Amino acid sequence: MISEGNVEAAVETASTPRHIALVRITHWIVVLSVLGLLVSGTGILVSHPRLYWGETGAVGTPSLIDLPIPFIIGPSVWNRPFHFFFAWVLVLTGLSYVVGSFITQHFRKDLLPAKADLRWNRIVGVVSDHLRSKRREADAASTYNVVQRLTYLAVVFGLFPAILWTGLAMSFGVTSVFPILATALGGHQSARTLHFACVVLLLLFVIVHILMLCLAGFWRSVWTMITGYVPQGERAR
Amino acid sequence: MSKFLKRRKFITAGLATAASASGLGTAVYFADRYGLIPPDHTGIVGVGETLTYATQRLLTSGHSLAREFKRSDISKVPVVNGPHPTDEKYLALLADGFKNWRLSVEGLVARPVSFSLEELSRLPAESHITLHACEQGWSYIAEWTGVRLATVLDLAGARPESRYVVFEPFANPNQSRTVVRALWESVDMADALHPQTLLAYGMNGEALPADHGAPVRLRLARHLGWKNTKYLSRIVITDRRDLYRKGGGTWYGGI
Repeated sequence: MISEGNVEAAVETASTPRHIALVRITHWIVVLSVLGLLVSGTGILVSHPRLYWGETGAVGTPSLIDLPIPFIIGPSVWNRPFHFFFAWVLVLTGLSYVVGSFITQHFRKDLLPAKADLRWNRIVGVVSDHLRSKRREADAASTYNVVQRLTYLAVVFGLFPAILWTGLAMSFGVTSVFPILATALGGHQSARTLHFACVVLLLLFVIVHILMLCLAGFWRSVWTMITGYVPQGERAR
Repeated sequence: MSKFLKRRKFITAGLATAASASGLGTAVYFADRYGLIPPDHTGIVGVGETLTYATQRLLTSGHSLAREFKRSDISKVPVVNGPHPTDEKYLALLADGFKNWRLSVEGLVARPVSFSLEELSRLPAESHITLHACEQGWSYIAEWTGVRLATVLDLAGARPESRYVVFEPFANPNQSRTVVRALWESVDMADALHPQTLLAYGMNGEALPADHGAPVRLRLARHLGWKNTKYLSRIVITDRRDLYRKGGGTWYGGI
């Protein structure tokens, strides 16, 4: 006779979620806060859409990049508090995700690439398969391929920390305690330029990420990231 | 799931909620006691404002110094952000070199005092070459000369219950239409007593130019530009918590 507990255990193993709750919850909070940061960040940027290198820069001094958008004075004032609100949401969520991922071994199990996969021909193989829209068996499986693993690790441990660093390097309070945050980047304006450059990289990632979702089935992927499970009837594919 | 497990989960969740609620309550109590809550702490963005301000106050508690630069780093073109006031009162003061100008220091002080420009310049002066950055994005480096605000507050005898120092400029009808015309500001005592906080009357070795805030502007090396009130006319020390310029922006400028 099978006890209640055994049945539960059996069901659990048969349906291990594609994404654990920690990943699902933090993923969507990060989506919302990044959206808020992009909108409020644009509101700040338009008041001076010129980028410089070094400590100083202003209209009348040489710029590095002149963004082809008009100067709109004003929005930066009321967008800034929203920018910092969403920054805190992102930072605290990111910290919970990183700490939680070490505890649940999400990094080791889902994101750390296997040594055998870290070869150029494997990586090139994954990319060329995707470019030719050839969906491998592994794609429908419940693990990430080597390119996904490397990209997600780079975003989590490279891009987001870089955005945070370049943002903090613009703060006079922060640089009074840690001047190296600004000087190591080349100065206050360099930090601002790099903050922008990092966001462009993040946008590139988001665009490719969404394109890949479309290849795999956009709503199917979104559903899976909300519920943790691939929608019913599709699991056989 | 068994009934026992459900009940255990329920009790755990209840305890966790109670613990976090009392934890939050204790945190708010101590944050307020140690001056970690900014005046603009209300509303949803107030959460971010409070976290930023509290974190920075804990980080910068030892009077951390803003970066200073070499004389050769001084920018050739110091940006002018909005020209000086053009009302009769200001123009008359400007015309005779601010001889009739006086800066009054009042509020929570033992001895309300006022200073002429000459009296201010007889107080111990110092110069700092620091970065001035506008929240819009531009920046320049200049040398500012003046008297420490701490020296002036000491002469007036700021009372121990003082919490904020309010800076009132001349009304400026020339200011950009998107901001309040009289750009008064307030800072906490930590910034008011900071060694790099100056009442600056000199810039790059000369008298402070009219468009940069003559006769005297506030110079806060650890803040963005908008906190550096130009055309000072009055300084008020207060223990009121609700006294800050509600312009939709952030109150704390060390960001």
